[in-house]
Amino acid sequence: MKNIAKKIYVALIFVFLYAPIATLMVLSFNASKTRSKWGGFTFKWYASLFRNEVILKALYNTLLIAFCSALIATVIGTIACVAMSGMHRRTKAVILGITNIPMLNAEIVTGISLMLLFISFGFKFGLGTILLAHITFNIPYVILSVMPRMKQLNPSTYEAALDLGASELTAFFQVVFPDLLPGVLSGFLMAFTMSLDDFIITHFTKGAGVDTLSTKIYTEVKKGIKPEMYALSTIIFMTVLVLLFLVNFSPSKKSAKDKIE
Amino acid sequence: MTSKNKWLSAPYLLWSVVFIIIPLCMIFYYGLTDKTGAFTLDNITAIATMEHAKALRLSILLSLVSTLICFLLAYPLAMILANMKVGQHSFIILIFILPMWMNFLLRTLAWQTLLEKSGVINSILSFFHLPNMNIINTPYAIVLGMVYNFLPFMVLPLYNVLSKMDENVINAAHDLGANGIHTFFRIILPLSVPGIISGITMVFVPALTTFVISTLLGGSKILLIGNIIEQEFTQTSNWNLGSGLSVVLMIFIILNMIISAVFDKDGEGSML
Amino acid sequence: MSKELIHLSNISKSFDGQMVLDELNLKIHENEFVTLLGPSGCGKTTTLRILGGFTTPDTGNVFFDGQDITNMPPNKRALNTVFQKYALFTHMTIAENIAFGLKIKKKSKQYINDKIKYALKLVNLDGYENRMPDSLSGGQQQRIAIARAIVNEPKVLLLDEPLGALDLKLRQEMQYELIRMKNELGITFVYVTHDQEEALTMSDTIVVMNQGYIQQIGTPESIYNEPENAFVADFIGDSNIIPAIMIEDKLVNILDTRFACVDTGFGHNKPVDVVIRPEDVELTDPSEGILQGVVTHLIFKGVHYEMEVMANGFEWLVHSTTMFPVGQKVGIKVDPFNIQIMNKPESEDEEAVAIDI
Repeated sequence: MKNIAKKIYVALIFVFLYAPIATLMVLSFNASKTRSKWGGFTFKWYASLFRNEVILKALYNTLLIAFCSALIATVIGTIACVAMSGMHRRTKAVILGITNIPMLNAEIVTGISLMLLFISFGFKFGLGTILLAHITFNIPYVILSVMPRMKQLNPSTYEAALDLGASELTAFFQVVFPDLLPGVLSGFLMAFTMSLDDFIITHFTKGAGVDTLSTKIYTEVKKGIKPEMYALSTIIFMTVLVLLFLVNFSPSKKSAKDKIE
Repeated sequence: MTSKNKWLSAPYLLWSVVFIIIPLCMIFYYGLTDKTGAFTLDNITAIATMEHAKALRLSILLSLVSTLICFLLAYPLAMILANMKVGQHSFIILIFILPMWMNFLLRTLAWQTLLEKSGVINSILSFFHLPNMNIINTPYAIVLGMVYNFLPFMVLPLYNVLSKMDENVINAAHDLGANGIHTFFRIILPLSVPGIISGITMVFVPALTTFVISTLLGGSKILLIGNIIEQEFTQTSNWNLGSGLSVVLMIFIILNMIISAVFDKDGEGSML
Repeated sequence: MSKELIHLSNISKSFDGQMVLDELNLKIHENEFVTLLGPSGCGKTTTLRILGGFTTPDTGNVFFDGQDITNMPPNKRALNTVFQKYALFTHMTIAENIAFGLKIKKKSKQYINDKIKYALKLVNLDGYENRMPDSLSGGQQQRIAIARAIVNEPKVLLLDEPLGALDLKLRQEMQYELIRMKNELGITFVYVTHDQEEALTMSDTIVVMNQGYIQQIGTPESIYNEPENAFVADFIGDSNIIPAIMIEDKLVNILDTRFACVDTGFGHNKPVDVVIRPEDVELTDPSEGILQGVVTHLIFKGVHYEMEVMANGFEWLVHSTTMFPVGQKVGIKVDPFNIQIMNKPESEDEEAVAIDI
């Protein structure tokens, strides 16, 4: 009885979390152009999506920024973690404190602070400014994923590699980095996801005429969202879902699953 | 690793100074000056004007209510998930992060479709002959949007701290004569404080400062402090006023940061 | 023997189809120090958890003072547990930790304060009332865990490998402390460990367990000197376990050599196992020995020399204060009293024995 109640509770929360997603998926097959009316089943939005250059351009920008910002943030963040491991505890605490600022700060404040910086120093608003902003808020996610791995690391393995004649660089890439890799990968994925889902910071740091999917959707809110957007979102979501299933549930990838953990 | 690797932190430190510290200083600079660059407190005291104070009050009220609802929904959920043991840690986190792959704005907009007069929820309610719900474009819809968007940020730190709790500590409480209620209030709840604090800060700050959720679900009539700041930057281009109001907002944020730093020294309540 | 306090009757328990305890029967008496001893996975911790009420057996009953407590929740039982990794409440001071059980029982402030003082004195940590658990060493936390349990005046204290996380010297010290505390409190201790030395030092009674079965129950002396089967002999201390034939009463054929012994009642020409402790093997001049062999290994161990002697195809382990160099021909003698005859186990799963203590 108690267990059934628990299961119902968990199920209700998941319905709450996933109901809007299901709604969007249904809307992507809705022949009627308005959200509130069901006009029959259709694939036409999926077809017209691939002819809609504006949306495809926004998608390209979004993926480009997500990939580049996640990659650069991963490199900077991982190097910072390695550097911090040798530091005095106080220094480390100060640096980690600064790292936490973009995570704990309001996105709107981060957004306008970067906007003011770019304006004051004469940056040209466009993809470049968005990229810089995204790297900034992505680094903390990388550090938070890599740092715990760094702490678990046995310092003797690095020393053992040196003892066995490896150079410092070889020792790092052959011995230390493989141990950090799961943290680095999950940091990259977190950063990629956060970048992809961001609207607020992009909103303040983008230039006129440059759009990501988020900002494109925001400008469409008043005049009505193009159904192609639902189609695109459904494709993105399903792709991720399928990829996750492949990684998590294919029997041969058992070890891959452990790694992500 | 050796201490000579310290210089490796240089790129990150440089990045932090240029893109975190200096920008924050810029907000203070703009907030404390007028258009000519002269020092003034007008932008700060502007919060006291009717319109701004009303928006701030409403923001605080709605974000507190949402935070409370998130906490009440998330705590039992986190306890159930932590006790299941079967679900792997990473899998649970994944379930809550997965929705982020559907665009945040679209997810929130979908609630319009669900909440509309002739929307899905009302259709279901009519089917069961229950009274219809007309909360779209009201503060209730904004609270719902906040809870929906920020619930994962409450669940994950709570789940994290609860799943790491030593089972024997709970057994020890039973062993010493405590019943379920005693054990919950005297042991489990106090030990999960780092997770609670972390969850509260993770929900309260974005809820307090949002302008998107109110725009999408509150119609155009309800203005939160986030909407006002956003308008100063994107529409009226009064950056000084916008910065001044942000400085006021940052008082709450800094307070939040201090609280979370005091209660969660080891990062126990962190999300990951 | 004093009054029977706990009776585990036909307890079986399996986890995920894996049998952990099989028809276990055990009686524990008042004021007894009982140790459940065995390798990891033998079922000793499960037995303790069933006593504490944290696990319910699949079948069987737990009786406490004649009352069936099988389904009684832990917070209603007159037993308290000292957990493996202490399980102190890290958000409470030492005093609050110790007072936890008493506050729930709504004892008076005065009573609680007296109890805290008394308990801290008992565990030699006077003045630690306001410290936090995290600021204490492992050994000190262990003592607090004991103090927290005993203020509730349990009739039985359950201890789950309490010294496992401590270093050797502290562990030995705590062994004496535990014996002292038990004598001062005059209650029953049920102690779980995989450390045979701990078990031999502290217990009144040792219950040797393996694979969910009780292998032998007895005093430390009887377990050490008269192991009932090869598992017990092997698990408790070093020993020479040699297959042999019992020719008749008081005469056994070990490695084609006749040895006099003192055991009777095993029948004629019956295959048995014999246990000979390494310190009971005497090395002599080859001519004086019953068996002749050659020393193959020699290590100095401080108190004695440890030697291995090859004789009639068996490598004998010998502890002796006299040194014989490697390669030396020696004779082997064993006092009849020191040859322990054991029945061969009847099946793969050594048969369980259920004996009253």
